[in-house]
Amino acid sequence: MSLEENRNCGCGCNNMEDGTVTSNTNNCCYCETERTVDCEAKREMIEQIRCYDFAITELTLYLDTHPEDEKALCLHRKYCKQAKELKDKYQKVYGPLTINYPCNKWRWLEEPWPWERGNY
Amino acid sequence: MAMGKGELLMWTYNKTLQYPINIKCPDPKLAKVIISQYGGPDGELAASLRYLSQRFGMPDQKAKAILNDIGTEELAHLEMVGTIVHQLTDGASIEEIEKAGLSAYYTDHGVDVYPQSAAGEPFTAAYIACKGDPIANLQEDLAAEQKARATYEKLIDLCRDNPDVLDPLRYLREREVVHFQRFGEALRGVQDKLATKKFYMNDMKTCE
Repeated sequence: MSLEENRNCGCGCNNMEDGTVTSNTNNCCYCETERTVDCEAKREMIEQIRCYDFAITELTLYLDTHPEDEKALCLHRKYCKQAKELKDKYQKVYGPLTINYPCNKWRWLEEPWPWERGNY
Repeated sequence: MAMGKGELLMWTYNKTLQYPINIKCPDPKLAKVIISQYGGPDGELAASLRYLSQRFGMPDQKAKAILNDIGTEELAHLEMVGTIVHQLTDGASIEEIEKAGLSAYYTDHGVDVYPQSAAGEPFTAAYIACKGDPIANLQEDLAAEQKARATYEKLIDLCRDNPDVLDPLRYLREREVVHFQRFGEALRGVQDKLATKKFYMNDMKTCE
């Protein structure tokens, strides 16, 4: 599946452009047929981002009290880089994860919030 | 908020939970007890405010950093506990709410997530201490992590039949153990610093 710079899952459907389709913002794509595939890909990506963020948090706390540990520092650097790359990729397709991400239209409102059931 | 010298004090929201939560069926009975880790005496709101307030008075860099960074992680945990409570009550029938003993809560808050203890005490800053003494503060933080761990273990007992709830609770319990470890290391750092340096504690300022 190609990752294009809109919420289209790559199935060729352009429903999202005409403004008439669905108020169900929980769908990651407006094309019903490809939705589950796209949701799965999205979930996998967010799960990976979560893993990187967790590793970074955990290494940060460790480094706060062990700043001389070269191995931890090296891992921290590595995960920061990988997390950034993955987040850039994710945000390009599925919308912003933070308010620091510039958008052509305000997609911050389109994506569901993490506390909403089913959007973990 | 500007802090002088061009430093910025701010947080950026990340639109993800620190650990995934997907509770398929509401169960307000569990929400009634889990809310204690939102706004109760050993909850995440108390934890984040305790650490983020104490950090201003820490004498060394490691202690400042650990309070800042654990305090920040606690805010992510506050969101997780709020999410659990929300998903356990959202869509529950009025009969389920009554049966769970949540009629009083429902009267004042509906199914909003209000910071209170399991017994219904609203959140109070009296749950935290900022003693003006880094050793006393870090000792309080160590105790706080143990009390939070113990609370999560009690909640794990109470939620034993619901795997959707157990999973994030186990994660949160584990984080308390890690934080305890880090606070212990920070405390030793502060003790070493105070032992190696002449350290006079008084309020006399030399103005001239």
